[in-house]
Amino acid sequence: MANGTEISGYAVNRNVSHWQNFVREFKKNKVLFFMLLPMIIYFVIFCYLPMPGAYIAFVDYNMSKGIFGSKFVGLKNFEFLIKNGDLWRITRNTLLYNLVFLTLGNIFQIAFAIMISEINNKLYKKLSQSIILLPYFMSMVIVGVFAYNLFNYDYGFVNTILTSLGFERYSFYSDPYIWKYIIVAFNLWKSTGYGMIVYLASITGIDSELYEAAYMDGASHWQRIRYITLPMLKPTFVLLVLFGLGGILRGSFDLFYNLIGNNSVLYPQTDIIDTYVFRSLVGQFNLPLGAAVGFYQSIFGLVAVLTVNYIVKKIEPDYALF
Amino acid sequence: MISNSKTASRDFSEILLKFICYFCVTIFTLVCLFPFVLMVMSSFMTEKEIITEGFKLIPKQLTTAAYKFLFQNPKAIINAYSVTILITVVGTTVGLFLMSMTGYVLNRKDFKYRNFFAFFMYFTTLFSGGLIPTYILMVKVLHLKDNILAMILPGLMSPWSVFLMRNFMKSIPDSLYESATIDGAGGFRIYWQIYLPLSIPSLATVGLFQALGYWNEWYNAMLYIESANKFPLQYLLQKMVNQANIQQLILRGITIDVTQLPTQSIKMATAVVAIGPIILLYPFVQRYFITGLTLGAVKG
Repeated sequence: MANGTEISGYAVNRNVSHWQNFVREFKKNKVLFFMLLPMIIYFVIFCYLPMPGAYIAFVDYNMSKGIFGSKFVGLKNFEFLIKNGDLWRITRNTLLYNLVFLTLGNIFQIAFAIMISEINNKLYKKLSQSIILLPYFMSMVIVGVFAYNLFNYDYGFVNTILTSLGFERYSFYSDPYIWKYIIVAFNLWKSTGYGMIVYLASITGIDSELYEAAYMDGASHWQRIRYITLPMLKPTFVLLVLFGLGGILRGSFDLFYNLIGNNSVLYPQTDIIDTYVFRSLVGQFNLPLGAAVGFYQSIFGLVAVLTVNYIVKKIEPDYALF
Repeated sequence: MISNSKTASRDFSEILLKFICYFCVTIFTLVCLFPFVLMVMSSFMTEKEIITEGFKLIPKQLTTAAYKFLFQNPKAIINAYSVTILITVVGTTVGLFLMSMTGYVLNRKDFKYRNFFAFFMYFTTLFSGGLIPTYILMVKVLHLKDNILAMILPGLMSPWSVFLMRNFMKSIPDSLYESATIDGAGGFRIYWQIYLPLSIPSLATVGLFQALGYWNEWYNAMLYIESANKFPLQYLLQKMVNQANIQQLILRGITIDVTQLPTQSIKMATAVVAIGPIILLYPFVQRYFITGLTLGAVKG
């Protein structure tokens, strides 16, 4: 190793020495390299190989000529998406949904973590915690079944209630506006448990002496939550929000697809980047357009993560990802 | 010292707080439970009651007709179950083996390129080619259309799980590795005979998440799978809910009086059968999930 750093001082020999270093290292740790081989092959094939394929976003795709044989058209696909308003619409939807998920999600998670930690009965505490976490383990297909069970026009539970009370049936699947709330509700239903567990772990980590001292000073329970628990949760909260912001352009395809499916009436309010890309693939309407949106999402996603990581590094270097 | 009136008001506020906590937690717990209960009740309803009055929480009449029907014509369900079990077992075992092996190498301090390879994996979480290039690769280059491997391969390895295992292995003392080397054990043997058995807690956590992912798999099936005998459970269920006409899915060739088919309750019964194993196993494995969640959330 010492030899390697010595040599690298000479600019001319630099590449050679890197290579020599590698060969030496390879000979020394042959077994380890072989053990890494499956991982390398896996990530090259499934993650790195598709990357150049994003070039399809810049061509006028012709099936018979393939991606790299098709005519290069520059940013024309992006231009088209901006002009017809699709890009703006799906970006806005994705951003807004994710912001609401993030804000309401964290409020729910913190609130229930604190409330569960206040419960003294061990059995009740464990039971409610388990039940709140249960939805996290269900596939989104099941969520779709629940939505059908609840909101179907002919048989749905909500319409059963409405008709038995003498009201008209409500056609949920033709009202785009109501789905905003249904989607957010299902998201909260499914994700509260997960975040709650994370916050609960932070609460359990708080030194109980702090609470005892506050009690001796005459602080009420409310004050102890306000001035001890909440401030102690701040680092976790900041972290979760920041990383949530890093993924702000990544939509949860599972959730939207299983609730909305191919119901185009609902698209104006519920179409996100991921469902749009998916339709461009399955509907075969235009692969380059879908790929252009996907590429745009990847680039801005990368920018978002890098920005967030930069900020985290400034505030709390220990928490930075890299 | 605290005055009496102050303690009294503090006691009152404490009782109020406890009441609010118990109340909200109870309500939310019921909300979380509600869809499950409704689904189970719906699966036991008679078709006639569903059609005339709709799904109910408390049906007038209970029947096991939907389950009887499913188990009398079990071909589709058994098929889907086998596919799901196959991808879950193969994907989890192979994935665990590859990921723990990678984690072990990335943890070896004498392996100079460990940071480079860690970043090589990590980068794929930052930037990806996107759905369309991936789809073209899977179908046109790897020819995995309608192949069961298309459901296993995409979820086989995840950088986060590898990092989780590597971080766990960091806590295994280096002296173990050193003494094994002195005894003449090679790199792979040290991994297989020393590190792997010692990493069982992290294997359990990652393995359960992996298994859950495969059990809930429907996305890759939707993208790549065409023949009905390769449908996994969740995808079969999704198709059933979205189709008014479910007999071809269930019967596959068997003829039956269609008017007798309890279409609506069958949908719910299939969902119950699909989530049954998760609910049954949940109390036993929850502990590992919770350690995994808290570990993964702090840092990758």
